[in-house]
Amino acid sequence: MSQPTQRFARSLFGGWGRRSVIGAPYLFLVAMITIPFLVVVKLSVSESDGIRFADVVAVADGALTIKLKFSNYVFLTSDDLYLATYLSSIKFAAINTLICLLIGYPFAYFMARSPAAMRPALLMLVSLPFWTSFLLRVYAWRGLLDDNGIINGFMVWLGIVDEPLKMMRTSFSMTVGMVYTYLPFMILPLYATLSKMDLRLLEAAKDLGAGPLKAFWLITVPLSKNGIIAGSMLVFIPSVGEYVIPELLGGSSTLMIGRVLWDEFFANNDWPMASSVAVTMVLLILLPLAIFNRYQAKNVAGRN
Amino acid sequence: MDSRFGRAWLIAGYAFLYMPILTLIVFSFNDSKMVTLWGGFTFKWYEAIISDRAVLEALVLSLKIALMTATASVVLGTMAAFALVHYNSFPGRTAFAAHLNAPLVMPEVITGISLLLFFVTLERALGWPERGMMTIWAGHTSIGMAFATVVIQSRLLEMDKSLVEAAKDLGCKPFQVFYLVTLPLISQALMSAWLLTFTISLDDVVVSAFLSGPGSTTLPMLILSRARLGLDPTINAIATITVTVVAVFVVAGSIWMFRREKRNAAEQAAAFHDAQVAG
Repeated sequence: MSQPTQRFARSLFGGWGRRSVIGAPYLFLVAMITIPFLVVVKLSVSESDGIRFADVVAVADGALTIKLKFSNYVFLTSDDLYLATYLSSIKFAAINTLICLLIGYPFAYFMARSPAAMRPALLMLVSLPFWTSFLLRVYAWRGLLDDNGIINGFMVWLGIVDEPLKMMRTSFSMTVGMVYTYLPFMILPLYATLSKMDLRLLEAAKDLGAGPLKAFWLITVPLSKNGIIAGSMLVFIPSVGEYVIPELLGGSSTLMIGRVLWDEFFANNDWPMASSVAVTMVLLILLPLAIFNRYQAKNVAGRN
Repeated sequence: MDSRFGRAWLIAGYAFLYMPILTLIVFSFNDSKMVTLWGGFTFKWYEAIISDRAVLEALVLSLKIALMTATASVVLGTMAAFALVHYNSFPGRTAFAAHLNAPLVMPEVITGISLLLFFVTLERALGWPERGMMTIWAGHTSIGMAFATVVIQSRLLEMDKSLVEAAKDLGCKPFQVFYLVTLPLISQALMSAWLLTFTISLDDVVVSAFLSGPGSTTLPMLILSRARLGLDPTINAIATITVTVVAVFVVAGSIWMFRREKRNAAEQAAAFHDAQVAG
């Protein structure tokens, strides 16, 4: 940023003004993100007494005692169901990310290479579903994939299959729902990097004797690395904890940690257990989260 | 690459994105209770939701929360974006940016459960806040402000800073500069941020479910509870109405913004031309 602008900013919001412009959103974030998460961490190691919970720090007989209970975490790591659920959540999120990338990359590529006059409309068409209710769009797949659903009805009518296929409440229906929901999150960052690419580099590669595939692999793909990383993280991290899609489209075999957490909380009322499930989930996505943060910082720095 | 292959890929992709929405709309006019069999044309599901008090109450609550969320998110998001763009160093800047990125990707169940436990702890200690509209609003705003910041920040970054300098040189006071130059220039971004956070709030079900109290059921919570039970044609009718309203707003908004941008560019070019002629 240029010196005069900095001076301008300082003169506009120097002193108290500056402090409140930074302070107000900062305080809000700390109050709504940091402190609540610390409450969850605390609760996950506190004694459970049904729905109530005892304090971790207590003054008993004049002495400060700290009672930590790690039994929830011990249970989490020793219980096969939880382990299997975490693994299966990561598996489904990874499959989802991969399919979104395989469909989304060519999609974003062809969008970016289409006539300039068409691009705003193409872009709007990708983001339009994002503006309409996600819940309703997931629900729509139930009508499509049901045993008596539209796709089965169509295939039986055409004579492709004799009996309706069992698609609903399988890992297939859940994967379709996840890919459908998260595809725009993959396409948009990919399009942003691909449309900014300098096409003269491809001409140069061609002049130097590279075939189209080689030029694509050696130039286009590396230049769109930031888009690939951003898109993958935007898809992977939220899909690990997805609740609505497994609830509406998944079955008993599609274990997802978000759904287990929800049940632990609302059906079993075990708040300490639900808290430790949540803390473990955050630990699980910490690394992808750090990658995403780094990319975001780089992206902003690049534009600044 | 083969352009015919590219076109086919795009068409298939858009079909995938739009087919479910189209089937929802078509089957909202289906006379058969079986959602998947065509039984003739009808408006009866629309009549059913118009006289459904639960749906109307949930809709009003959702709209109220979305209005408050969008407004609060844009105010906080503008401050946060301004802080990130104009103050290159302040204590905890990295943590601030990380805090703003977290809600963009954090699974909603985590946001929901941590805010709920926080509010419950507060309530036990202070007798406040009671869970309901206000707690849902707070939860939605913590997500919404992150999205608003991204939108406003990217606009502030591409803003032509010489305009601010020019206004200052011509004698504007700092606050005049902000109101007369910066604000009009980022007004489009503020508008898109407001619309985006409005829809995010209107759409959210997971955070709302954790933070709602007795009697505060939002429309998505109602839809989810009905969708769990199976296919329900009234949901199709609700979907059709939402899709229509959103499509009209987004298309009209895009056209309006496109025209405004063109007009702004033309005005700037004309002003620049006049200045050149005069100089």
